[in-house]
Order: sequence, then C-alpha cells, then structure tokens
Amino acid sequence: MESVNVIELKNIEKEYFGNKVLKGINLSVKAGEIHALVGENGAGKSTLMNIIFGMPVIFSTGGIKGEVIFNGNKVEIKSPNEAMKLGIGMVHQEFMLLPGFTITENIKLNRERTKENIFSLVFGDSLKTLDIDLMRKESKAALNTLGMNVDDWLPIAGLPVGYMQFVEIAREIDKENVKLLVLDEPTAVLTESEAEKLLAAMKLLAAKGIAILFITHRLDEVLAVADNITVMRDGEVVSCMKREEASVESIAEKMVGRKIERVVHETKELNADSEVLISIKDLKVDMPGEIVKSVNLDINKGEILGLGGLAGHGKIGIANGIAGLYSAEGEVYINDKKLELNNPKKTIENKIAFLSEDRRGVGLLLDTSIEMNIVMTSMQIQNKFLKPVLGMKYFKVKDSKKIKKHAINMIKDLDIRCTGPTQFTKRLSGGNQQKVCLARVLTLEPDILFVSEPTRGIDIGAKKLVLDMLVKLNRELGMTIIMTSSELAELRSICDRIAIVYEGQIQGIFNPMASDLNFGLAMAGKYNESEEGM
Amino acid sequence: MRGMWRRLIDKYGYPKVSITILLIILISVASCQKGQSVPSLLVDSLIRIGMNGILVLAMVPSIVSGTGLNFGLSLGILTGLLAGCMSIEFNLRGGTAFFAAVLISIPLSAVVGYLYGWLLNRVKGDEMTVGTYLGFSLVSLMSIFWLILPFKSPEMVWAIKGRGLRTTISLTDRYAKVLDNFLSFKFFGNKIPTGTLLFFCFFCFLMWLFLRTKTGVAMTAAGDNPRFAEASGINVNKQRMIGTVICTILGGIGILVYAQSFGFLQLYQAPLMMPFAAIAAILIGGASAKNAKISHVISGVILFQALLTISLPVFNKMIPEGANLSEIVRIIVSNGVILYALTKVGGDECNG
Repeated sequence: MESVNVIELKNIEKEYFGNKVLKGINLSVKAGEIHALVGENGAGKSTLMNIIFGMPVIFSTGGIKGEVIFNGNKVEIKSPNEAMKLGIGMVHQEFMLLPGFTITENIKLNRERTKENIFSLVFGDSLKTLDIDLMRKESKAALNTLGMNVDDWLPIAGLPVGYMQFVEIAREIDKENVKLLVLDEPTAVLTESEAEKLLAAMKLLAAKGIAILFITHRLDEVLAVADNITVMRDGEVVSCMKREEASVESIAEKMVGRKIERVVHETKELNADSEVLISIKDLKVDMPGEIVKSVNLDINKGEILGLGGLAGHGKIGIANGIAGLYSAEGEVYINDKKLELNNPKKTIENKIAFLSEDRRGVGLLLDTSIEMNIVMTSMQIQNKFLKPVLGMKYFKVKDSKKIKKHAINMIKDLDIRCTGPTQFTKRLSGGNQQKVCLARVLTLEPDILFVSEPTRGIDIGAKKLVLDMLVKLNRELGMTIIMTSSELAELRSICDRIAIVYEGQIQGIFNPMASDLNFGLAMAGKYNESEEGM
Repeated sequence: MRGMWRRLIDKYGYPKVSITILLIILISVASCQKGQSVPSLLVDSLIRIGMNGILVLAMVPSIVSGTGLNFGLSLGILTGLLAGCMSIEFNLRGGTAFFAAVLISIPLSAVVGYLYGWLLNRVKGDEMTVGTYLGFSLVSLMSIFWLILPFKSPEMVWAIKGRGLRTTISLTDRYAKVLDNFLSFKFFGNKIPTGTLLFFCFFCFLMWLFLRTKTGVAMTAAGDNPRFAEASGINVNKQRMIGTVICTILGGIGILVYAQSFGFLQLYQAPLMMPFAAIAAILIGGASAKNAKISHVISGVILFQALLTISLPVFNKMIPEGANLSEIVRIIVSNGVILYALTKVGGDECNG
C-alpha cells in the first residue's frame, strides 16, 4: 500500500456563532486506507465532513482556521463543486437522489455521456445527444463493483432504502477521478445483510486505491473494515488507533470518556399465570412500507416485550396502528376492554403512550420550547398544567410556573443537555431530542408504553440512559413496555420476551436468551414452531 | 461598533433595525424642514397605528394555527363593512352604533370564517395563494352586492337613483371617532386617540390570554407540527378552523375600528389590498409564515404605519412639484415596504 496522504487536515478549527465546535483537528487518510471516524452525536464529525466537502454552511458562518492538504497541495475547498473536481466523493446521510429518474440517470446526473448530433455541431455542447448505451454500461459496471444486481433502468422511487444507498455510492465511484470517498453513516438505514455487502464493497474500493473516510455509530463495523480509527469527542481528536489495537470496549470508552457497561440484567421470572394486559387480535395496519397483515399477540402485565424483525416487515406498524397514527383494523383489548382504534386521543386516554420512531416528524414540535414539548400532550388530554384565570373555573390558561418546574425536573432526571427549558427543540442533538420525547411521554404517566426505535441515531451515552430508563420504569413503576427495535442486541439486553415479525405477522416469540439461530430463522421467515422458548 | 451592530441584528433582525434607522433619519429630516411639525407627525402615526392595529393582530391566530399569513383577510373586512352599514341602516348613533356594528359583525364573520376555514382545510399547503385569490374574487363579488343590497338609508345610497351603496360613506353623524375621542387629550395641540389605542391593547391582551389557554396551546401545536398534534390527540383541522374563524372575526372588528377613526366606510375596491398592509406590518415586526407573537404585532404596526405616515410629508417637502408626486411616492413607499416584508415570509432562519 502506498503511503501517500490523500488528504491531510492540520489543526482545523471552526466556530459557529462564537461556539467552538472543532478545536484543532488533525487527521490524515492514505490512499487505499479505510479510515473510520467515530464519536458521539455533537462531537463535530458532521462539521468536519462539511469542511472536507466545502458545504456552503461552513463559509456562510465565517470559514475555518487551519490547513487542508489534498494530494500534497494546500487547498481551500469553497464549494461542493470544487471538492468534486479535486476528486472527493461524498455520500450523505440523507439521500440525494431524484426519485423520478432511473438509477442510471441518477448515477450519471450532470456527468452524462454524450455524442454529437447536427444541432450540437452548430449550437455547442449543451445540445449533444445522451449516449444512453454507454451510460448504462458504465453505471452497470459501477453497480457491479458494489456487488449489486439490479436493473439499472428502474426508477429510484420504489426501490428499497438499501438499494438507494448503493446507488449513491455507485454514483460516487463512477466519477473517474475519485480519490477520496466520504461516507456519512452509510449503514444506518441498511439491514444487517445489506450492511455486510456494503462493507465488502468498501474493502474492494479501498483495494483499488481509493481512500475512504467513513462515519458510523456501529462499532462492530469499524472493527470489521477500518484500517485506522479516529475517535472524536467534543470537537477534539481523543484517540487515533490502528484496528489491531482497538476493541469495541476501548473505542466506546474513548468516545464517551467514561467507562460504560453493557445493559445486562436478569430476565424477569415469568409466571405461568401472569395476567394478560393487552390482547391483540387480527390487527391489520396500513402503514406504507411497514404493512401489518394479521397480528395476534398477548402482552402480559408488567413485562418488557420486544418487537423485532427486518425493516419493512411491519414491526413498526404495530405500535403506530395501536397509537392511532395509521389506519388500523382488528381488535385490541386492554384489560378485556375493547380499544377504539384510529383515534389517538382514546389511546392516550387509556393510559397508552407512544414514543414514535419518527422523532422529528411526529415526536417533536421543533419550533417550540422544550418545556412546552414536554407538557403538551398531558395538557391536551389530561388537562394538567392549567390554572384558572381570576378564579374562573372554566377559563383556564397554562400554568407557566408549574410547567417550568416540571420541565426542570425532567431535564435533570433525564440529563437533557440544553441551555434551559425555553430552548427550541430543533437546536438539540438527536439524543437530547429523544430524551425530550421520553420526558413528554413520561409526563403522561402511562400504564403501557410503546417505544419505537428509541435509540436510533443517538450516541452510546444517551442510548444507555434511555435503555436504563425503560428498565427502571418497568421494574419500579410496573409499566408495561413494548419496545420495537431494529437492533436485536438491544432487545435482547432488556426485554423479557421478544416477538419477531415477518411479513406482517408474528413469526415467533422467544426468550431473549434463545439461540441466535432461532432469531435468525424467525427473521427470515423459516421458523415454524411458534411460542418456542417461552 | 461592529459587534454592537451584529448584536442588534441578531436580536431584532434586519427589517426592524433598518426601518428604525430609516425612521430616525426621516424624523431628523422632518425637524429640519420648514413648516413641518414633528409632534403632529408623531400623533398622526399614533392615529394610524390605532386604526390598523387589530387588522394586524388578526394575522396571529391564522399564523399560529398553521394556515399561514391570511391573505384572505378581506373576507373579514367585508363582513365588518356590511355590519357597519347595517348599524347605520338601523339608524343608530355614537358609541351604540359602533358597538352594535361590532356585535353584528361577529356572527357574520364567524359564518364566513367557518366556510373559509372549510376551504383552507381542503387546500393544505396552498393556503396563502388560495386565500389571496379568494379575497380578490369576493371583493369583486361584493362590489355587485353593494349595489343590489336593499339598504335604504339616504346617507348611504346613491343620491340620484336612491339605490345601491356609495363608494365612501361618511360616518360623521354616526360613529366617527367614537373610540378616538374616548379619554383623548391634547399633545402639542394634537389629539391623541387614546380610546382606539386602549381598544387595540385590550384585544392584544385577549389574544395573549387566548394563546395561553388549552385551545390556544393546541392551536400552536397544530401549526408547528400537525403530525405531532394528531399523535397528541389534537384535531388539527378543528384548530385550523378555530384560527381562521378568529382571524376573520378580528378582521371584521378591525375594519370597524379603522372606519371610525378614518371617518368613512370605504366599500367596493377598497378592501382589495388591505390584507397586504396588515401582512407587511406583522412581517416587519419579525413574524414569519409559521411563527407570530403579540410583540411582532405591536412592533410591526408601529414601524410600518409610522414609516408610511412620516415619509409622505417629508418627501412632499423635498419635492415641491405639486401634489401629483406625493401620490406616486405614497405608492412606491407602501408597496416597497410590502415587497420588502414579503421577502421575509420564510422568517430569518439562521443555520441550526
């Protein structure tokens, strides 16, 4: 392997409105190296990526201090366009694809292969004809490099998210001069098998001499592919290690700066006569991408039930259907009382709370203060946090003092990092936003709590806090918790039972200690005996 | 110096700071001009602020409930005008006439607002465009109705034919200045419209109180994130409906306050562009299509109306070429400010 630094960052500093987010970062990536960048949310990883790719936000807020050296030359990357010319490819966390265009068209967008025609000879290059055949051939080659077998003439809309991620990467590697590929959490939306495929493709690309800088929260992946690992915390590089020296524990420890222990605890004794609290009969939920076809499930009082399964099989739809956010059919009984479906208000009145997986879309009022976010649902449904005006019993306004007091308590209990209860939630990091959602749900004092993907996109420290909180609520307050998660390990760490959903139906219910094989089979729809391991 | 400028901009935003500076320049120019009385300019501004205040306040429920800036405010204005005419037709005078007009306007506006809200709930995402054109069409439609409605009072109908309402109806013998004269006192020989200003403040207080009630809070939530609101058991369409109805009612009351201070009811094409002035004022005050506070209303109406009132006489003195230019200057200034304000619809986003 050559030892040329493709990119070298020297002493990079960056301020946002007087707030130092990067404090002298040094980083270098060699050709053919896979360099992993890890760190908690808010550690400054994304800012660093934006600097490398010359995103306008960096320059509109005052530029940077320090040097960027690319291929041995000092450069100043002022726009994504310049970055691309230098040979930097970036795959963003959010997809930047045109849904109505085909895969090939997306890959070749603005770099189309063209051939001459009469008009172009007269009027210039912009009227050249597209050379579709050549474009398709090259796109196919790029897709094949990634080990992806898909018709390149399909439109993007309707493809599974995993495929979209591959198309994004294919677009970057199709650029002839690409020397550095920056991947921002490429596996966040992928299933485990897709992620493996992607990691294999990354190794292949690295072998071709492309330098890869990738950000991720999944530490197993880091250990699987990265040659070097840089750990960032609070805008500083805290550690730069070789893979051989690293382990999951050491990386995680460096990231949070304190020792973390795994969330392990004994599973609860399950009595045979434990009382059934929720009984779901033939539930159908029409949630796009997560259709629930027919779910029958009994949930015991006081347990933590996990709902697992692969993405797109409907596990997320179950909670959303019961919470009344997507139209549902079937019967749900709470304590033998039938629950009215498709009515979110009734659900909350029945002491069922739902923590949505779509934090920014459903879970938060982004332009509203933390305190109002926390009390909103409780005020609307339970008439709490209101006080009468001038003694008039039926004319009540919000009780600012009580709201503030409650919010401050919640901020302290859940360790929400913010400037105060009146800060807008859109300024918080993902983990803290999740804690605000959790605080809102807890304010409802529910008996039954549905949580969907509670730890998605949040850092390890916050993750542990959220999981510990769930266990605490269950053990100390006796709350029945139904947790939906894509991370099986997480479910196995805190659940009493785990139901695996496959194609909109429950494939099996397992003890968390059941073998990996059983879980694997159930997720693939190959598990035939139901209720084994109970 | 630069740091202070930066802080000012961060705290108040460009529109407020730049318009305040422009105002200060205008006032200092005015004080140098011969025959220009600064106190009377200031009092004129106060009068116009009181006149327009409630129309601007009407934007608040519409913005916070998520229907955006209400370009269809002319609907409320039309019902207010209709109520104003009815009160004359009933031969009422003075304070009674004014408050009767207000009371009549409320149910009328509520009905119209309900229908308008029904429409807005069907065109989510395009409220502002639909509102603008609905306002335009209904102003035109009402132009026909003003002619054929069976009003009889000789003060209001065309003298020759005895049918159809006049374009401007004088309120001198009816309820002109009833609020303006309430508790008013002299300031350098100019009457301060205390009553109108108090009336405006009272409505601001009511709105402030309303936004703190359970319904008000639910409305804000529905406006901020409809999906969150649904998940919290809030009926979003109902909240939008309430916002639109309140907005229309305030539009009706607002035009009556405007008319009593102005001394005339202006029918036909007059309500056409009125929503724009109200929208410009609240935007200059710092509101956006998604976020509005009472403080935005107050600072916005003060800056916008003071600018309009003070700039005209000052420009007129500078260009002594007769009265023709002043009308042109008025149009340039008012539309210029509206244009500037409309570029602020998205609010001053800083990168989060």
